[in-house]
Amino acid sequence: MINRSEIMETNQMIEKENLDVRTITLGISLMDCISTDLNEVCDKIYTKITTLAKDLVATGEEISKEYGIPIVNKRISLTPIALVGGAACKTPEDFVQIAKTLDKAAHAVGVNFIGGYSALVSKGMTTADRLLMESIPQALKETELICSSINVGSTRCGINMDAVRLMGDVVKQTAELTKEKDSFGCAKLVIFCNAPDDNPFMAGAFHGVTEADAIINVGVSGPGVVKKALEKARGQNFEVLCETIKKTAFKITRVGQLVAKRASEMLNVPFGIVDLSLAPTPAVGDSVAEILQEIGLEYPGAPGTTAALALLNDQVKKGGVMASSYVGGLSGAFIPVSEDQGMIDAVNAGCLTLEKLEAMTCVCSVGLDMIAIPGDTKATTISGIIADEMAIGMINQKTTACRLIPVIGKGVGEVAEFGGLLGYAPIMPVNNFGCDVFVNRTGRIPAPIHSFKN
Amino acid sequence: MKKAIITVVGKDTVGIIAKVCTYLSENKVNVLDISQTIVSGYFNMMMIVDLENSAVSYDTLVKELETVGEEIGVIIKIQLEDIFDMMHRI
Repeated sequence: MINRSEIMETNQMIEKENLDVRTITLGISLMDCISTDLNEVCDKIYTKITTLAKDLVATGEEISKEYGIPIVNKRISLTPIALVGGAACKTPEDFVQIAKTLDKAAHAVGVNFIGGYSALVSKGMTTADRLLMESIPQALKETELICSSINVGSTRCGINMDAVRLMGDVVKQTAELTKEKDSFGCAKLVIFCNAPDDNPFMAGAFHGVTEADAIINVGVSGPGVVKKALEKARGQNFEVLCETIKKTAFKITRVGQLVAKRASEMLNVPFGIVDLSLAPTPAVGDSVAEILQEIGLEYPGAPGTTAALALLNDQVKKGGVMASSYVGGLSGAFIPVSEDQGMIDAVNAGCLTLEKLEAMTCVCSVGLDMIAIPGDTKATTISGIIADEMAIGMINQKTTACRLIPVIGKGVGEVAEFGGLLGYAPIMPVNNFGCDVFVNRTGRIPAPIHSFKN
Repeated sequence: MKKAIITVVGKDTVGIIAKVCTYLSENKVNVLDISQTIVSGYFNMMMIVDLENSAVSYDTLVKELETVGEEIGVIIKIQLEDIFDMMHRI
């Protein structure tokens, strides 16, 4: 039987250390909504989402009550819209009409975000893919809850540099169109290499074509819990440090497994995966940077940061894998800047630079995330940063991503305010030496030698 | 058997256990185990209860226990046992 100290430990994690289920994400396939008639596509999409997801929010709230644990977000991920809208959309404006339909459906069922305004173009772009990508700035301007992601590279296919170049422009235009809100649109746009099909976290969630009709994916978080556990391991060797992280990750993931199973039962939708990601929020004590500090760094960015983060990411995965029957998504440590008070402090202290963050993305679970850069950064420079990040993912067979926010009208030293879970970010300097000639070459970077495993 | 854990935390006063148990017995919730301590004036109780024959829904229990807590000036929380089992047992 459960004993007193175990009950106290669990409740301490929930009440004091910000343990929560970050998201229950319902993945919905829209493949059966395809039609050549745009209005018909929109009607079918709206009906399918509002039917399948009608109980999602209420279910999340009920589970939260049953176990006494907060379930922060309820979200939906969709089949990449470039595939769904391809037959019906002849212009970027047509895709914007689908975007508005998605936004309406998301509001109707009460979810926090809806992801999947996406295209998978790691090797080449279809006409529909290109139209969708061109529609992103307008779509993000005119909607509230939509998240967009584009996969421009993979270890198997290489990097589509035409898409990378186009996305540099798209990021810049999105920033321009949402400049009155500190270019907030870019916070909902992420560019991937090796994007997973079952990621429940935004802005990168979409429902892969390899997935079933509907699926429940759950993301758990809890950097505060890991930080607290590590306080007890101060001065101990690496073995103790790693064991502590692993055990804590195990416990956190078990909660995700429980919630995912319960949600799957209640909604009568199969369980997909649990994603254990240490996802920080701007709240004090809910920070990945604080874990790195607890491991022994003055600030993230100091020498040793990449090694500490590598260790953290790996132990989180090891603990998580044992705890759930299916672990997937991104599972590891997120290192967004604006969403983590410790990271913001490190930038302000002059300890953390874009280049160090790039090194850290070689070993974290995703990539350059929620980084505000000067609004006058050139589109080609943004493409260059994207290309670097994609190359890290391609060569290291890992997921990498870029969520950069060129804040129009602001420069280094100023602050971009996004509000809520997305926080605020000091604008970081960018290396402005030219890369135009490189970025303007057309075509793609071939797949690396280690992709030929057949 | 559907088991839940009730935790009661707050400033110690006369009749906390009595009030909580009275509410539970009125609603046919069976108490399986009780442990209670007082640490520097703070009352701390944990109960394992069986909800099998509960006269009211789980939702109502959550709300009404919260109200009982407010009346005595303590915080009462109920959670299904599974969350503790999952976290602490392989």
